[in-house]
Amino acid sequence: MDHVLTWMTFLPLLGAAVVLCLPSRRPGLIKRVALLSTLPTFALGVRLFAAFDRATTAYQYVDRTPWIASYAIDYFVGVDGVSITMVLLTALLCPLCVLASFGIDKGVKGYFALFLMLETGMLGVFVALDFFLFYVFWEVMLLPMYFLIGVWGGPRREYAAIKFFLYTFAGSVLMLVAMLVLYFGAAPHTFAIPELAGRGAVFDPRTQQLLWLALFVAFAIKIPAFPFHTWLPDAHVEAPTAISVILAGVLLKMGTYGLLRINYGILPAATLDLAFWSLAALGTFNIVYGALCALAQTDLKKLVAYSSISHMGYVMLGMAAFTPQGINGAVLQMFNHGTITALLFLLVGVIYDRAHHREIAGFGGLAGVMPVYTGVAALAFFAAMGLPGLSAFISEVLVLLGAWQRHPGLTIVAASAIVLTAGYLLWTLQRVWLGRLDERYAALPDVDARELATLLPLAAIVLALGVYPHAVLDLIGASLGHLNELVRAGAAAGVAPR
Amino acid sequence: MDLGNAASVAYSAPELILIAAAIGIVAADLVVSAKEQLGAVALLACAAALVAAIGLRMPFSERWIVQGLLHGAEGWLWSRMLVVDGFAVFFKLVFALAAFVTIWMSLGSAEVQDGDEGEYYALVLASTVGLFYMASAANLLMAYLSLELVSLTSYVLTGYRRHDRRSGEAALKYLVYGGVASAVMIYGMSWLYGLAGSLEYLKIHDALTHGAADPLTVFVAVVLVLAGFGFKIAAVPFHMWAPDVYEGAPIPVTAFLSVGSKAAGFAILIRLFYPGLSESGEGGAWAPLAGVDWPGLMLVVCMATMTLGNLAALGQRNVKRLLAYSSIAHAGYLLMGFVVLNDTGLRAVLFYLVTYYLMNLGAFVVVMVVANATGREDMDGYRGLAWRGGAVPAVAMAIFLFSLAGIPPLAGFVGKFYLFAAVVEQRFYLLALVGFANTLVALYYYARLVRTMFLDQPRGDEGVVALDAHNAFLLYFLTIPTIALGLYWAPVIALAERSVRFFLG
Repeated sequence: MDHVLTWMTFLPLLGAAVVLCLPSRRPGLIKRVALLSTLPTFALGVRLFAAFDRATTAYQYVDRTPWIASYAIDYFVGVDGVSITMVLLTALLCPLCVLASFGIDKGVKGYFALFLMLETGMLGVFVALDFFLFYVFWEVMLLPMYFLIGVWGGPRREYAAIKFFLYTFAGSVLMLVAMLVLYFGAAPHTFAIPELAGRGAVFDPRTQQLLWLALFVAFAIKIPAFPFHTWLPDAHVEAPTAISVILAGVLLKMGTYGLLRINYGILPAATLDLAFWSLAALGTFNIVYGALCALAQTDLKKLVAYSSISHMGYVMLGMAAFTPQGINGAVLQMFNHGTITALLFLLVGVIYDRAHHREIAGFGGLAGVMPVYTGVAALAFFAAMGLPGLSAFISEVLVLLGAWQRHPGLTIVAASAIVLTAGYLLWTLQRVWLGRLDERYAALPDVDARELATLLPLAAIVLALGVYPHAVLDLIGASLGHLNELVRAGAAAGVAPR
Repeated sequence: MDLGNAASVAYSAPELILIAAAIGIVAADLVVSAKEQLGAVALLACAAALVAAIGLRMPFSERWIVQGLLHGAEGWLWSRMLVVDGFAVFFKLVFALAAFVTIWMSLGSAEVQDGDEGEYYALVLASTVGLFYMASAANLLMAYLSLELVSLTSYVLTGYRRHDRRSGEAALKYLVYGGVASAVMIYGMSWLYGLAGSLEYLKIHDALTHGAADPLTVFVAVVLVLAGFGFKIAAVPFHMWAPDVYEGAPIPVTAFLSVGSKAAGFAILIRLFYPGLSESGEGGAWAPLAGVDWPGLMLVVCMATMTLGNLAALGQRNVKRLLAYSSIAHAGYLLMGFVVLNDTGLRAVLFYLVTYYLMNLGAFVVVMVVANATGREDMDGYRGLAWRGGAVPAVAMAIFLFSLAGIPPLAGFVGKFYLFAAVVEQRFYLLALVGFANTLVALYYYARLVRTMFLDQPRGDEGVVALDAHNAFLLYFLTIPTIALGLYWAPVIALAERSVRFFLG
């Protein structure tokens, strides 16, 4: 397993190069090659999951070679408990998304080449342990995403693509400033994230808070936290199905992952100072606000998009608890939200491919003609609602339990909002799947084998993690415990060890 | 040390090659009817000048090129009129490459290839000689002469398309603005001469160090000189000529002006203001002489230049004008490295000029390819470019534009990273924020052009774009390094670092 992370990250890029060399008049071949290029990464991910040492807090499978010596920039990758779940999630979702994209018929070569580049970018963000490298991957991911939404998206794709691009780029610019300030503050100058741990303490508290806020805005745009969320409904609705899945399943997690990796690790004191307002309070607001917006939607895809905002609020609330339950729940929620929202977007894609619209009011009684589809949809909706026995229940309970110890008032609000969540989900379930069937849709075919192949793996994971959450909790426990201690110790000491 | 006249001839090899080729082309123009042969001669002359410039950095004992690039000779040439040092040779390499690509472009340009372009090549070579001398001038007189040589040839090149009203208008505007700027500059130079009693930078430096003049007087002289230099780099408020000239000139000339002329402006600016009007201190830091606050002035100019360039670019519908405003904004970014008064800032400027050379020339090559095929330079002429035969130029343009916007993993990002790193390291936080805000604004208009090329569908009246082998090769020549430098740039930054070395007598 030498250089396993490097292989995982760059194999899709290699696949993209192969795809670009294939003749455009053979779209079927291109699609199969694209699928094949995502599989080795997934297989390596499975091996990584099996071989990962769950007891240590150290970074594993580290690859480190100097890249640009004069600025102490390294090619430095590795995983710990926080990042491995995200790496696995990405490696799992990408093959499914390629499969879900087999219906694409315009510019097939470009689409799949860009998608594979996007996978490399996403994996790179999660494995990078050098801040500079992290930044490069963070930005690299933007370009394919811009084109994937802009060329293959819905009617308002151009607006959505540029909005997504500008929002994220605005955040990255702030991240770059903070990164440079941190670099020049560390002695000796370094971009290595493990070596920067706690180094924020060389600055006075005010500067630390400013740096923390600059990084927070960069990541909050990705989460997306109110008031930086307005790009999300546009991008999610206009993007093609598979890209919505990637956006919600992986890209949103980059925000919270970045907070844990950079803000928590490097600026622990400021994290404790600012967590209440910027994470706990804002997260709770997100939960309520997202749910209320979802209640008001008439478009099925937009409803799922706003539900993402709501669910990511739990991650923020859990992170801000600084208790083992809270932070473990937050990361588990990141993983669970990745699978459940992916499932929801895939389900929306299935019905959109058949009916060519997504108006909730235009459907009804689909359960009668599409029984299998309805079964999976019910599972996904109940999972999103947090029904016991399904994966999100565990993570949301952990978040609430953890948060209760530190922010009881907010926890009450967040827990009550579950009623709203149940409200919009059940109401939608009723309007789309139950009730009277519109005769236009009487002949709709049920899900075919390919669609089922994209839905079932995710449904199985949702079920399995509902019963046995330790599959993920064991992975993340050690590292998160260490991180949590680091934040509390760093803040208590006031100054981190130099 | 003064190298003497015999050695001066040897060290002037690149310029002599260019002059000989220029004269040869003018003479041969009378008898040769296949003018592209003259272009080939000019191309060869640029390549030879490039090799000779590399040779400048090679003392005769060391034959290994890389070694030679890093440990070159230094000294006075031609009775202390010019210098040869790392800084000068770095710029000569850039100019030779810029002229090389310009002539390569001209050979494939429908605007230039009118069957009577012999003297055109001679003019480009003559202009390149001026650029070379601008990099070497260590004397106000030489600085003025070389700058005027570049300006005069540029006026003629801009108006090269005699029967095109736009071209004529651009040339006239350029001439009028240039004349005024140059008059103001030489007036300022006369003040400096009067105050210091010498035209030589180092003697001016010594005189001012010993308190020869009142700081305010020196400041006035400096501001006047800046008018001329600011005109060359198209810095606010001397930028007004750029959009009109860039729009009217033949595209290869525009490319040449935007890269060669601007880089030379920076060469002459840095040499006068750093070794001439500043004192070198500890750890690569510089301090302005005699309490003259030119860095404060330039800080304002820098922020104004990038902001105005970017804001004005937002509304442009003509791609050449858009790139003109973008190049004004880039002069502002480059000035960030200039105002921080540090060797790391200068290193960033030199490195950025290399990346700027690649991406800006590349963008103009695409503009030329589109103009050749369709005769259009407006934004609508780029609609759906990727979907009507222009996939390669469109992808290349996207790469150049995103590089100009500073997105990794492209060369422009690395350049911006070094500039911003220098700014943050010296704690110019306000400048850093203004710079970052500008980067964001700039992304909007670059992305808008990308959107037009890829996201919009052609409506059918834009014409088909085909790429011939000649221009395709040129595009690859510029695209590949733009990506490669974004992934690995250590040798170039090392060269830039070693080139921040001034010969100080």
